[in-house]
Amino acid sequence: MNTEEYITSGTLEFYVFGLLSEAENREVKQLADKDETIQAEILSIEKAVINLSYSVAPHLSAANYEKIRQQLIEKHSGVVQMEPKRGMNPYMGWAAAVILTFGLAYQYYQNTEATKEIQSATAKTSKFEQLVASLEQKNTETEKALAVVRDNATSIINLAGQEIAPQAYAKVYLNRNKKEIYVDLAGLPTPPDGKVYQIWALKLDPLTPTSIGVIADKNANSGIFRVDNNDGAEAFGITLEPAGGSKSPTLEQLYTLGKV
Amino acid sequence: MLKFKSFLVNSGNQNPTMTQEELLEQIYKKDGKAFTALYDMYSKSLYGVIYNLIKDKEESEDVLQEVFVKIWKNIDSYNESKGRFFTWILNIARNSSIDRLRSKSHNNSLKNLSADNFVHILDHNTSVTNKIDAIGIREFINKLKPKCIKLIDLLFFKGYTQQEASDELEIPLGTVKTQNRNCISELRNILQVQ
Repeated sequence: MNTEEYITSGTLEFYVFGLLSEAENREVKQLADKDETIQAEILSIEKAVINLSYSVAPHLSAANYEKIRQQLIEKHSGVVQMEPKRGMNPYMGWAAAVILTFGLAYQYYQNTEATKEIQSATAKTSKFEQLVASLEQKNTETEKALAVVRDNATSIINLAGQEIAPQAYAKVYLNRNKKEIYVDLAGLPTPPDGKVYQIWALKLDPLTPTSIGVIADKNANSGIFRVDNNDGAEAFGITLEPAGGSKSPTLEQLYTLGKV
Repeated sequence: MLKFKSFLVNSGNQNPTMTQEELLEQIYKKDGKAFTALYDMYSKSLYGVIYNLIKDKEESEDVLQEVFVKIWKNIDSYNESKGRFFTWILNIARNSSIDRLRSKSHNNSLKNLSADNFVHILDHNTSVTNKIDAIGIREFINKLKPKCIKLIDLLFFKGYTQQEASDELEIPLGTVKTQNRNCISELRNILQVQ
């Protein structure tokens, strides 16, 4: 088909009117790029229909322009979907609707699953965070205890097992400079339910016990606990007492004892 | 008569100094004036197309606003291989109008609308300033054969397919394109667009 025949076929009018398929559009565009006559013809057709539609339009109020500008400013972040091309098979719309429905259902399902995963991941993260926090705290305590044990000014008092538990032993770390006392209960048996170990600082003459700590769970903190300071202590003893501790030591339940 | 001719030709092209390519260049550069230029060049033509379908001024202005917002937001999805820029925005205007008609479940179906055409817009145009123009334009357009008015109305203004236009006007499918070609040539003669 030569240029003249192509022009008179009416395809270029359809091109400008937007009635050709995508493939046909590409073809026209390619021909127009190569052939100036075709390009000029397209421009003339376009000019004619722009003039025609302009001429038949009613008066357009000046406020309209401002309204559009306003809408563009207000909604600029949104994305507007393009309308489908008219003149397609009417069933296409229904088909699209069905696909869309399934698509949305699937999306909803996916979204629910993703939300569940996020929730579970968040819960896990939160657990780990708690674990890390508790480990950090433990570590700090252990480091503190270690610092006291290592300190040159710390004296170590061995508490020997008594009648009730000859194999038992415990240690007291006493730092007079820092006024800190730690006890190591690793050598004591695990107390029966409802019982706790109570730590006593003793003055010997006259024998005066002062409670410096009650250890509910002797296996916590690797068995090393900080207890209250007691400046004038001459000896330390550990008794088994009912939960919560006692006002004065139950001497029948004295597990370990040692002099400073 | 010559006066009307020059009115149509000059005022029809709202910004005759700018081509599609120059406008697109401005738009791609995100030039602040690009939107104004776009509006100046095409708003009234698109309004004509929209009003021809909607037949209500306020509603048409509303659709026109929607159309310009869509054009502006989707401008990145346009490329010249898809066709003329005017064709792209023409499609947006027609589709938006048709959607509006459907969503409002207008009593007029599209087929009913075809009984009415762009010439009748001029009859409804009652504002005083437009009346004189309308009469002149009408005289002009009436120089087109009635068959051409119908054909241009269906194909250009309403976006009917070849098949739909053939059914509607009861003309052979194979002649729709060439008949339309002859009608547009006639229009170009009247408007003196060479």
